[in-house]
Amino acid sequence: MYPVNPKLTRRRFIKGVIASGAAATSTSIWYAANGAERPPGAVERLIRINVNGQVRSVDVPPQETLASTLRYKLGLTGTKLGCNRGECGACTVLVDDIPSYGCSILTHSVKAMRIETVEGLESANGDLHPVQQAFVEELSPQCGYCTPGQVMAAVGLLRANPNPTREEARQGMAGNICRCGSYDSYLNGVMRAAEIG
Amino acid sequence: MAYMHIGKDFVPPDAPGKVTGRIKYSEDYTREGMVYARLLTSPVPHGRVVNIDASAALAMDGVVGILTADDVYPDGEPQSTGLKILTNEPTLVGEPILAVAAVDEKTAESAMALISLTIERLPFVLDPLDSLREGGADAYTGGNTFVFRQGFAQEKWTSDQITSFQNGREPSAEPQQSWEYGDLEAGFASSDFVYETSFSTAGYPHMSMEPRSAMAYWENGKCYLHGTSQSLTALAEPMANIIGVPLEDFVFINEATGGGFGQRSRAGSIPSMAIPARFSQKINRPVMMRVTREEEFTIGGARQGLQGWIKVGFRSDGSMAAMDMYCVSDSGGKGGGGDANSAAAGVSALYQSEAMRFRNTSIGTNTGHRGAQRGPGENQIMAIVAPIMDKAAEALGLDRLAIRKMNAAQNGDVSGSRSTPFTSAYMPEALEMAAEQFDWEGRKSRSRQANGSKVTGLGIGQGYHNAGRSGMDGIVRMLPNGRLQMHTGVGNLGTYSYASTSRAAAEVLKMSWDDCDIITGRTDRHLAISSPQDGSNSIFTNTRTAYGAAQDMLAKMKEIAAMDLGGAAADYDIDGSRVYQITDNTVGMTYATVAQRALELGGKFTGEAEVPEDLNSLTALSVSRLAGSALMGIYHDPRHAGNPPGFAVAMIEIELDTETGKFDIIELVNIAECGTVVHPQGLKNQLVGGAVWGIGLSVLERHLYDPQNGIPASTGFWQSKIPTYLDTPANIGTGWVDLPDPENPVGARGIGEPSMGSVSAALNAAISDALDGHLFDAAPVTTDMIINHVAGISEEAIPLAQNNFRG
Ligand code: FES
Ligand code: FES
Repeated sequence: MYPVNPKLTRRRFIKGVIASGAAATSTSIWYAANGAERPPGAVERLIRINVNGQVRSVDVPPQETLASTLRYKLGLTGTKLGCNRGECGACTVLVDDIPSYGCSILTHSVKAMRIETVEGLESANGDLHPVQQAFVEELSPQCGYCTPGQVMAAVGLLRANPNPTREEARQGMAGNICRCGSYDSYLNGVMRAAEIG
Repeated sequence: MAYMHIGKDFVPPDAPGKVTGRIKYSEDYTREGMVYARLLTSPVPHGRVVNIDASAALAMDGVVGILTADDVYPDGEPQSTGLKILTNEPTLVGEPILAVAAVDEKTAESAMALISLTIERLPFVLDPLDSLREGGADAYTGGNTFVFRQGFAQEKWTSDQITSFQNGREPSAEPQQSWEYGDLEAGFASSDFVYETSFSTAGYPHMSMEPRSAMAYWENGKCYLHGTSQSLTALAEPMANIIGVPLEDFVFINEATGGGFGQRSRAGSIPSMAIPARFSQKINRPVMMRVTREEEFTIGGARQGLQGWIKVGFRSDGSMAAMDMYCVSDSGGKGGGGDANSAAAGVSALYQSEAMRFRNTSIGTNTGHRGAQRGPGENQIMAIVAPIMDKAAEALGLDRLAIRKMNAAQNGDVSGSRSTPFTSAYMPEALEMAAEQFDWEGRKSRSRQANGSKVTGLGIGQGYHNAGRSGMDGIVRMLPNGRLQMHTGVGNLGTYSYASTSRAAAEVLKMSWDDCDIITGRTDRHLAISSPQDGSNSIFTNTRTAYGAAQDMLAKMKEIAAMDLGGAAADYDIDGSRVYQITDNTVGMTYATVAQRALELGGKFTGEAEVPEDLNSLTALSVSRLAGSALMGIYHDPRHAGNPPGFAVAMIEIELDTETGKFDIIELVNIAECGTVVHPQGLKNQLVGGAVWGIGLSVLERHLYDPQNGIPASTGFWQSKIPTYLDTPANIGTGWVDLPDPENPVGARGIGEPSMGSVSAALNAAISDALDGHLFDAAPVTTDMIINHVAGISEEAIPLAQNNFRG
């Protein structure tokens, strides 16, 4: 089990959205991604965020979610949107090492934090991260749409608990839905990744 | 038989792309100048669009156009059931009426708020029995049912008939559809135990993880569509027809599909992909249509709910003598679904009843559109029948495993309304294997043992689906560098069957897998047609074509070798990517050399002559475009004989807490009987995935509508309650019988659907066992129903309710 990031609670997210003037519904947040005009006196939109170890400058309206910024501004389409409303975990990224739903975090709220996506896991020479390697060996994915989220949840879990029991892994991964039902294969992958280290 | 590739694990080429996030789904693409379409959907469950005033929206900065049903159906909408691209006659909340495109989605969304839509409300209905009742509302403008080749019709029962059915008695009304075999009356007369009940099973949404977003653009008269599908090529031609573009000018791009469980196999169940295609044609810009989770719920399809009555008779030895089944099927807002018929065929296949009758009436409701969903019908009914088998075993003093063995399908058996013989069947072996792996003998004494409020329940479940088709095509090419290119049209929906079926070609040619390339992902790579990948058929159907195409190539290679090196083709064999003389293996040619010679020879060797005449049109087009490029193996698969079954057996031990109605799964094994195993890891994934789906069907998943306004209440993952890590056991045992089927060249049959029915049936049986054999005659069995039963109060608020909360 890994800790919850106190800075990224659902309450903070909703407060942020309301403060930004957007209604707290999934469709509004989703379509806000492409940017409203900045009214005079509104908050700065050109921000810098640390993604996969690189500081990126990006134009982000205050109501934009991290998943939208990653996918549609930075081209990091490995982060998926399954529901865009905090139900499935397909959008899971690490924020300061903690698995977090990218669809339910405002990009402005993570300006000072380290964001890691599935694209940032491979080593410089292209070797897969142990979790990715284990997921291939166990053939954990089926359709693969939930896989980047499962990978990031597993990476976060193993950083907090490098040698989980299968039951701990099951609890730790529980925020990620797999409609294909590949849970058993993902758990095999997590356990193998813990072995590979 | 010793195989080089069949039965061996391998790394499917798309697996690294899935774990790195590099593989692209339709929504991951962009295109220069792309605009964004948003859908305006029906706010009412049944209505007629009277007027659309979009002038204010179209005047907005950044709005580039509108697409309505009048644009896509200039001659009027088809007067039939089935999903439309866009409609002026919505029959469910959320049905797409029009699309607006703008430079960004927020603008499109804002523009929609300015559209004045006038809709005439029409009466709606959410439960088939409410519509069947005299005076009840009809889901469609022309009636409450659609009769094939006849059109809309109205079907009504008297109130007494409805009430009698709800009270568990045999419906007396004339059914729309029926078949029977054997002497039903004699069967029941000879029975020593007869069980009769009404039952209901719930419909629920597909909820594929990837919403069905699509992006399209036109270039040089060709339409390029980035979409999602279960079968890349089976969907392409009908999709071109829906869009209205000739097949030769249509390119369908679909590298990966984020889950397909029946509703992405055929173009008719996913016509929404035509929206960006038609819109792009109209406004001459690439159009991206992102689909939200709520929209995916509405247009993504749902399982049919069944309201039924069943009567089963057993002889004293446990043999099933007669089975009588009557269903009222929920056809939802757009018609569709043949679940009841499949349910009856499934029961016939699994339990080999000597006499059987099936009757069905399909009635529409203003709820999600229905159609094939993982084991449509078979899986619902197995969960109802499995506890009845246990009831019979108990009444007749038989072991629960023994009564299943007594009725199990074996080689030489037949099933269904036409008494079709199985191509092969090894259900007794599957039962035996499951019993051994689960330790049925060791565990069975734990049945119904209580530990405080917790009671142990054991269940055995069996699953079946017809799992194989034929009549498709195969294309393989050998390049002058000796690489084999396998042009597969099989879609990448998560089963890895696009790769595992291709391995049959590598097997025939005895090629190292490292020297093989799978060509797939977009139709302009010139692919062979595959079957629609529903009905668990991919492995059976498409290994036949891959194998056949490779055999054609093998014959051509031997012919070239004989031509150049002397002797007859029959004097040659292959190994190590070489064709050599059997009598002197130093005389031979490498595959690369053979391929180079083929290019010099042309004609039939390169697909420029003697192409099989009966190729499907998409394959013929691909062959014509590949002709002359390499040595080609081309094959049209003739029809097979018989019914290739997919069978599965599951055994479950649960511990049910009678105070909370909740249970833990202590042990679960799921065993496949699907012929020769082609890809063990892929099969294992189907068995564990099927198990998760089976748990969802039995106890969790549902389709909820607000009865007041017909608004769906289960549009999200959580409300429809698809199973999570915590709803499923941390370990699922799997195994397979692995005996070859004679109608497939590598012995394989399919498994995707039976692997769910087995677990659903076993779980329902285990719950029943934990409650002293009580039958709920319903799925899902909710915790409320369990608690109500334990408390001795009515289990269901409305008997046989559909699209509603249960319990
Ligand atoms: S997309 Fe973020 S939780 Fe589903
Ligand atoms: S692999 Fe398909 S949703 Fe998880």
